[in-house]
Amino acid sequence: MADSVDMTKGLPSHPERATLDGKNKFLGFWVFLGGETIMFATFFGTYLGLMSGTADGPTSSDIFSLPLVFIMTMILLTSSLTSVLAMFAMKKNNFKGLMVWMWVTVLLGASFLGLEIYEFYEYYHYGLGYTTSAFASSFYTLVGLHGAHVLFGLGWITTLLIRYRSAGITLTNAPKFYVASLYWHFIDVIWVFIFTVVYLMGVGG
Amino acid sequence: MGENLSQPFEKSAMSKDERIQLEREKRIQITAFAFMISLTLLAFIATGSEIIPAVFTVPFIVGLAVIQFFLQLFYFMHLKDKNHAWPNMMMVSGVFLSTPTIIALALLLGETKF
Repeated sequence: MADSVDMTKGLPSHPERATLDGKNKFLGFWVFLGGETIMFATFFGTYLGLMSGTADGPTSSDIFSLPLVFIMTMILLTSSLTSVLAMFAMKKNNFKGLMVWMWVTVLLGASFLGLEIYEFYEYYHYGLGYTTSAFASSFYTLVGLHGAHVLFGLGWITTLLIRYRSAGITLTNAPKFYVASLYWHFIDVIWVFIFTVVYLMGVGG
Repeated sequence: MGENLSQPFEKSAMSKDERIQLEREKRIQITAFAFMISLTLLAFIATGSEIIPAVFTVPFIVGLAVIQFFLQLFYFMHLKDKNHAWPNMMMVSGVFLSTPTIIALALLLGETKF
């Protein structure tokens, strides 16, 4: 990296990796995602091992409702697309586009989280407490860990959006937005396996 | 130097070719999204209706999830692009370690009989 940024040429086509700082954030975040994959694998493995241990409590096919899970899946998948569109806007130096698409992502993520809280509330009132059975504990821990990631992602992106609300796209904040969008995609990747392994297999498998 | 790093730019340095490339990339991403939506629909339909025999449902929907996993990583997260050798390496090792982790835990916990 040169000692100063040449402002006359305009925003580089890959602003997220134009500086050494950006390159480091990019690489470091992928190392983190590799680790996250393995952490989620331990929770998935635990759930798969314990899912039939219902201890006379409610079973997965008693409580899961596919329409709700379907809506949640569609919301999260769409929020993944909106953060892709935000990154396209960022690369074109379209600050307003970046802001708008990121806010849409946050709104979709928040509605996903709201539905998940509603879902857990319903299950709890159906008689599935956290300590009801091995199935209940492993289910709440796995899906709740994903929900905690969504919550963290929402806090992260909202903080970036508020802090840089009028900063324009700079070589400092471009890597931050890029890494946050990677994290958001990763949340969606995990959800793909949750809706398949937990919900669809719980209902029909 | 530090000041320049927090300064917004007047314009983008992208050439016309790069712009066209970016628009093409955007269309590909939207196609990938449409593809992911249909994979999700297919998985829900396969489970919700009794079109597919129950024995095949689980491998079928897990297969769909794996396809969607690769679409997300390679298209939405740009793993297919150049300069992504280390990210690929990290995800390959993540998946490489995840597979025995999942299988070992699922089999050893012993509550569910496979």
